[in-house]
Amino acid sequence: MLALEKRPNPSRFWLYATPVVAVALTMVAGGVMFAILGKNPFEVVRTIFWVPLFGEFAWYLRGQLLVKAGPLILIAVGLSLGFRAGIWNIGAEGQYIMGAIFGAAVGLAVFPTENRLIFPVMILAGLFGGWIWAMIPAILKTRFNTNEILVSLMLVYVAQTILAMASTNFLRNPEGSGFPGSRNFSSYPAASNPELIAGTGIHWGVVTAVFVVVAAHVLLQRHLLGFQIKLAGQAPRAARFHGVSPNRLVVLCMGVSGALAGVAGLFEVTGPAGQISIDFNVGYGFTAIIVAFLGRLNPVGILFAGLLMALTYIGGEMAATNLGLPSAAIQAFQGMLLFFLLAVDVMTNYRIRFAAMGAR
Amino acid sequence: MSGEGSDVLLSVEGISKTYPGVKANEDVSFAIGAGRVHALLGENGAGKSTLVKMIYGLVRPDAGRMRMRGQDFAPQAPREARAAGVAMVFQHFSLFEALNVAENVALGMDDPPPMRELAARIRAVSEGYGLPLDPGRLVGDLSAGERQRVEIIRCLLQDPKLLIMDEPTSVLTPQEVQILFGTLRQLAGEGTSILYISHKLEEIRSLCDGATILRRGRVVASCTPREKTARELAEMMVGATLNAPARKAKAPGPLRLAVRGLDAASPSAFGTALKDVSFEVRQGEILGIGGVAGNGQDELMLALSGELRGRPDSVMLNGAPVGDLGPDARRRAGLVTGPEERLGHAACPDMSLTENALLTGATRKGLTRRGFVDWRAAESFAQEIIRTFDVRTPGTRTAARALSGGNLQKFVIGREILQAPDVIVVNQPTWGVDAAAAAFIRQALLDRAAAGAAVVVISQDIDELLEVADRFAALNEGRLTAPVPTEGLTLDRIGMMLGGAHGMHSADVHHTHEIVQSEAGHAGT
Repeated sequence: MLALEKRPNPSRFWLYATPVVAVALTMVAGGVMFAILGKNPFEVVRTIFWVPLFGEFAWYLRGQLLVKAGPLILIAVGLSLGFRAGIWNIGAEGQYIMGAIFGAAVGLAVFPTENRLIFPVMILAGLFGGWIWAMIPAILKTRFNTNEILVSLMLVYVAQTILAMASTNFLRNPEGSGFPGSRNFSSYPAASNPELIAGTGIHWGVVTAVFVVVAAHVLLQRHLLGFQIKLAGQAPRAARFHGVSPNRLVVLCMGVSGALAGVAGLFEVTGPAGQISIDFNVGYGFTAIIVAFLGRLNPVGILFAGLLMALTYIGGEMAATNLGLPSAAIQAFQGMLLFFLLAVDVMTNYRIRFAAMGAR
Repeated sequence: MSGEGSDVLLSVEGISKTYPGVKANEDVSFAIGAGRVHALLGENGAGKSTLVKMIYGLVRPDAGRMRMRGQDFAPQAPREARAAGVAMVFQHFSLFEALNVAENVALGMDDPPPMRELAARIRAVSEGYGLPLDPGRLVGDLSAGERQRVEIIRCLLQDPKLLIMDEPTSVLTPQEVQILFGTLRQLAGEGTSILYISHKLEEIRSLCDGATILRRGRVVASCTPREKTARELAEMMVGATLNAPARKAKAPGPLRLAVRGLDAASPSAFGTALKDVSFEVRQGEILGIGGVAGNGQDELMLALSGELRGRPDSVMLNGAPVGDLGPDARRRAGLVTGPEERLGHAACPDMSLTENALLTGATRKGLTRRGFVDWRAAESFAQEIIRTFDVRTPGTRTAARALSGGNLQKFVIGREILQAPDVIVVNQPTWGVDAAAAAFIRQALLDRAAAGAAVVVISQDIDELLEVADRFAALNEGRLTAPVPTEGLTLDRIGMMLGGAHGMHSADVHHTHEIVQSEAGHAGT
């Protein structure tokens, strides 16, 4: 019989081994799934993990890696702060959309003015859009004790409706002959977010993501606020005893995660996406939740987790187009990653003991 | 074996139980006669709980055997132990506050009778044993003493041959203890054996026929408690001579802490609101606040620590209003606190000792600079606590949850005292702590008072309060009595201050007093 026994101290070995073991187990279980679907599992796993980095089109796909990883990391770092404190912002997708709409609206409002200040102001507007959208569940929670999980999630659908209105109505390109979608920012240099070094995929969003990873790392390791965030998540009563106001922390963590999701949306709409369109959001806000946990809610871990998740996106697309895998199989594969991660994670704080039947 | 005749109910022979890293019980043997009250005496961690869990079928022994009336007895589960006539009242109640008495009793039975029948039986049994209880009342509305009655009645309904009671008096006033003892003597008179676990020596001397004393998992002595002094029992239990804390007479200094007309609603649904609590503590003085659990101790602690805020002038520190300030601002002003619950409130279980030193030391010890934590300073503060308060730990990186209760409590109290506060408030400072650590902590509080702090000790342990406090006040249903000097205070007077027999009919008190007296007279002849 198996029994779980709590370790007196968390295991440092498993803390670092968990993501590696989880990825390995996902490859095995995913391989079985691909085999059942009638594909060669080794071929599929190779297509997902190897081809984008070292295959024939790696010169292009490696750039795509950073383009996809940037927003994931940016959003996931913000979410991880709240998750650490036990504040569950599930609506980053909505904050991402609202950041994009606010930021884009500022840029489009002054079209076609050329001024170096336009893009920085758009960034501020993007931060504000995500922040204000996250403040709705935050204030409702602190005032009326509503559940932030539900409220933030529901607001995603409200944001999607506003996005549809924006692209068909108030932000629609007046010269777009009636097609939905805004003007394209690639043809408006003062408000665009171009690739900074050709072929690398690095744009301002990627730079910001790296900066945010470093800042969050310093916050959590060195700053009293980071200590308070961890304390609130691990022992809420001890946090109140220390002097943390739970409401203040809710407003702060929701605000930071919302603002970072919002600015991620702004960088996406002005860069890789190019314009506001009905389906410009592709679920980064939700995938970032997986990224945050895959990275152990640790900023540096999230950096690697974001790159890994971006890899499965790109590799998954390759596998879907080249090998004819259904895209649902790729999503299941990504889901397995989170599943195994959470399962293996138990080993950090518990050890498995094999006991003979009957004895305890 | 003292006093156990040929009519042995349960005998334990050479029982051993090892957990990873600890020998909880080693070659333990003792016997209980039918109709006897037998004490298991020992410090925390001496192996009493493990032993009774084996008798109750919760844990299986590694070696040794037990016999019940001469038959092999090896319960695989509590159900089997109950079937053999063993019942147990746990130290911590397992009751649902939102259900009534009868429903709670039914939940603990293997096959409960219909509700109406059960209610009638509860009424009959509880009155028969001098523990009146209304089966229809909500458990959330009962006092701690009444809740314990629910647990006892639940056991008695199963007509046990052996009743195990784990630290039953920690939640009772002296008067309630007398009622309980009356019931236990009545049960013993009817032939039920009682295994009584405690570290309160006077109780054991007055109640028990025999005692087995455990230390570090082994039987170190067996005796008839009435024939020993409390001091002799304590020294057998601890295995060393005990020093009573030293205190020096001192003149009261200037006023440090004044609480005036403090009202506070409880943050929990079944908590107790504070009503018009007022007291003053001067420099060099220790005020002891007693009370039965759940009479507002937690709320008073929260209101003093700043986790519950109120009117500014409801709490005055060194003459300045701090009632509306949070915990950190109060620490800055010189008021530190040590809550009852070590893990999860006073300390974060999964964090290291260094991080836990930062938890309250950040402000007064200057462990941060412009919001950035000076981890080196925090670590040396943790080391200072470990060194000064003799905390046994591999190092400052150890998680708080890996420390034993006594060591963590020394760390928590040490952390507050070493901040050189003007006022220190502690709740249950030695709860669940071994005797040596408890003596150390009490001495540290006395020393801090002598060094110029005003100290408030909230505790359910009356002996502890009499030992350290200069003045005594009692919390009763959220109200605080006027403080009186502890010198010359009788146990009877304290009992009345604690609310007498809490929510229990006075007729029963007289009734059981008679039983107590007649039984005592009986034992004398």
